[in-house]
Amino acid sequence: MITFEQVTKRYADGTVAVSDLSLEAPTGRITVFVGPSGCGKTTSLRMINRMIDASSGRILIDDRDVRGVDPAELRRGIGYVIQQAGLFPHRRVLDNIATVPYLLGWDKRRARDRAAELMELVGLDAGLASRYPFQLSGGQQQRVGVARALAADPPILLMDEPFSAVDPVVRASLQDELLRLQEELHKTIVFVTHDIDEAIKLGDSIAVLRVGGRLAQLASPAELLARPADDFVAGFLGRDRGIRSLSFVPARSVRLRPVTTVSLSADVDEARRTARDAGEDWLLAVGDDGTPRGWVSPLDLPRAGTLAETPLLAFGSYDRDADSLRAALDAALLSPTGHAVALDGDGAIAGVATQRALSEALAEAAALTAPPPRPVSPGLRPDASGAHRDGEHAGGVREAPPGSMGDGREASRG
Amino acid sequence: MDEPLVRWDWIARNAGTIGGLLGDHMVMSLVPVVVALLVAVPLGLLCSRWRWLYQPTVGVTNVVYSLPSLAVFSLLIPITGLAEPGTVIVPLTFYSLAVLLPSVVDGLAAVPESVRQSATAMGFGPLRRLVQVELPIAVPVVLAGTRVAAVSSISLVSIGSLIGRGGLGYLFIDGWQRTFPTPIVVGIVLTVLLAVLADGVIIFAQRVLTPWSRARSAA
Ligand SMILES: Nc1ncnc2c1ncn2[C@@H]1O[C@H](COP(=O)(O)OP(=O)(O)OP(=O)(O)O)[C@@H](O)[C@H]1O
Ligand SMILES: [Mg+2]
Repeated sequence: MITFEQVTKRYADGTVAVSDLSLEAPTGRITVFVGPSGCGKTTSLRMINRMIDASSGRILIDDRDVRGVDPAELRRGIGYVIQQAGLFPHRRVLDNIATVPYLLGWDKRRARDRAAELMELVGLDAGLASRYPFQLSGGQQQRVGVARALAADPPILLMDEPFSAVDPVVRASLQDELLRLQEELHKTIVFVTHDIDEAIKLGDSIAVLRVGGRLAQLASPAELLARPADDFVAGFLGRDRGIRSLSFVPARSVRLRPVTTVSLSADVDEARRTARDAGEDWLLAVGDDGTPRGWVSPLDLPRAGTLAETPLLAFGSYDRDADSLRAALDAALLSPTGHAVALDGDGAIAGVATQRALSEALAEAAALTAPPPRPVSPGLRPDASGAHRDGEHAGGVREAPPGSMGDGREASRG
Repeated sequence: MDEPLVRWDWIARNAGTIGGLLGDHMVMSLVPVVVALLVAVPLGLLCSRWRWLYQPTVGVTNVVYSLPSLAVFSLLIPITGLAEPGTVIVPLTFYSLAVLLPSVVDGLAAVPESVRQSATAMGFGPLRRLVQVELPIAVPVVLAGTRVAAVSSISLVSIGSLIGRGGLGYLFIDGWQRTFPTPIVVGIVLTVLLAVLADGVIIFAQRVLTPWSRARSAA
């Protein structure tokens, strides 16, 4: 655990970069420092490995004051990854990764074996081992940077905007990779970013800092989205907070309804019959392997032919156990039927979530995540969106869906 | 006048003398470069560490650089002696230093800040960081400066012949005084060959020492 105790950093020129910061970064978790440019994120991070010393206050790692440890020794036990990767241009990839093991006096053979192991772990092709850094893409360089930071298996990893210099696709894959690694390694990670979406995706807890290095809020992503401490945090979180917070509500709670399926190889008459017998407006066409292929509206079918020859309507699906309510909602929006197809872990059809079922789940989610009612002075809340007010209405009234949810349901019927 | 441009028989007869002059030329031109390099590295480190030292130090070497070489040679005669190699080597060392000191400082300044910081963050102490990270990264810039220093030193040595010690430069004076072109041609050809050779050796050293920078420029 990394503990900040009333830490203040005043630079020589008088700039107060961090003031009176107290927080804990729990062991084995990802704590994200997020905030606007210049709010003291980098300064805070570097005080942990003593690249910068605090002006006052203490930073403890597992109850040990970092000031009492020799800086070089301290740093060899803390991995550090920065935006530009900072790889050594004159060393090959493998030797770059083995840097800290070399410093720790491992013999060359062992250090390189370990480096090769790490290349695999971070998803780097072994063929890259003897390249120089300039021969790598930006994404590959970042992976080498992460591998290098992990080489001596330090319990702590500090990451300063490590993924912000690569394109969005590579960034997303690096983020996924980090989460996968973390599941395996359980490092204590402090991650700095100015990108709130990245913070929400990666953080177990998020410290929002305001300029001057003041802690605005420390909370889990779900908590942050549902209950921003003040207007600064709410503003920083940006739009669509309500929708985004659904990412943290499991889809498991959505009530499912059985669905009538029809094989792709069936002909249109059989499909019409099936629909009539079941009294359904929609049928779900499935392949031979039982996976959904598209929706069928019996009224719009051609006179003859099989379903395989007929254009099907788009469908959206989600994993009932692994996905969030947001994914379920998204799946519903992808189909003209307004239904989301729920799959179980094996990809088999578990049922469908109707708009009605989704509305109920949304109402329940709003009741769970929204803050309790509190007085709101209208003038002070220019940003109080519909979603926010709904939340406040719904506080504590779990049975009754809030007003706007009802509206949504009306719309879906029409 | 039907005097040919090159009289091979003269070259054959004087091969021993020419060889001696060539050896003298190499020593007087390359010793200054090596000595200047040995001085420039520590001096460059000091100037990088304490930036305020840099401008005055470069100022002094530049002033020396701007003095006409012949004047410096003559001024030194009372100290180092007439026709002594030292009279040529000392000023050339300063000239080389004027080229090499900025190379070392620029080379160190070219180390990316992110590299320096990540080295620190991984637990390199200042000395180890300097030796294992910063100096190796500065090598290509320093070697580029060394090429310039070596070639100009090789061409400047000839002027020493005016004070009686100029290596191959002696051949120019000899040929000119006797209106006999062969020694002049021999002197020019050998000086150029020497310069090309020295340059080639440094380029080779650069490829061996810094494969990463050769690869970079090829990319
Ligand atoms: N060495 C320094 N001397 C003086 N002021 C500094 C120094 N380093 C940073 N600052 C100032 O301290 C404040 C915080 O800087 P810091 O680098 O920690 O911000 P940051 O949150 O990491 O910003 P960014 O998102 O732009 O990286 C800024 O106002 C910055 O100008
Ligand atoms: Mg920063």
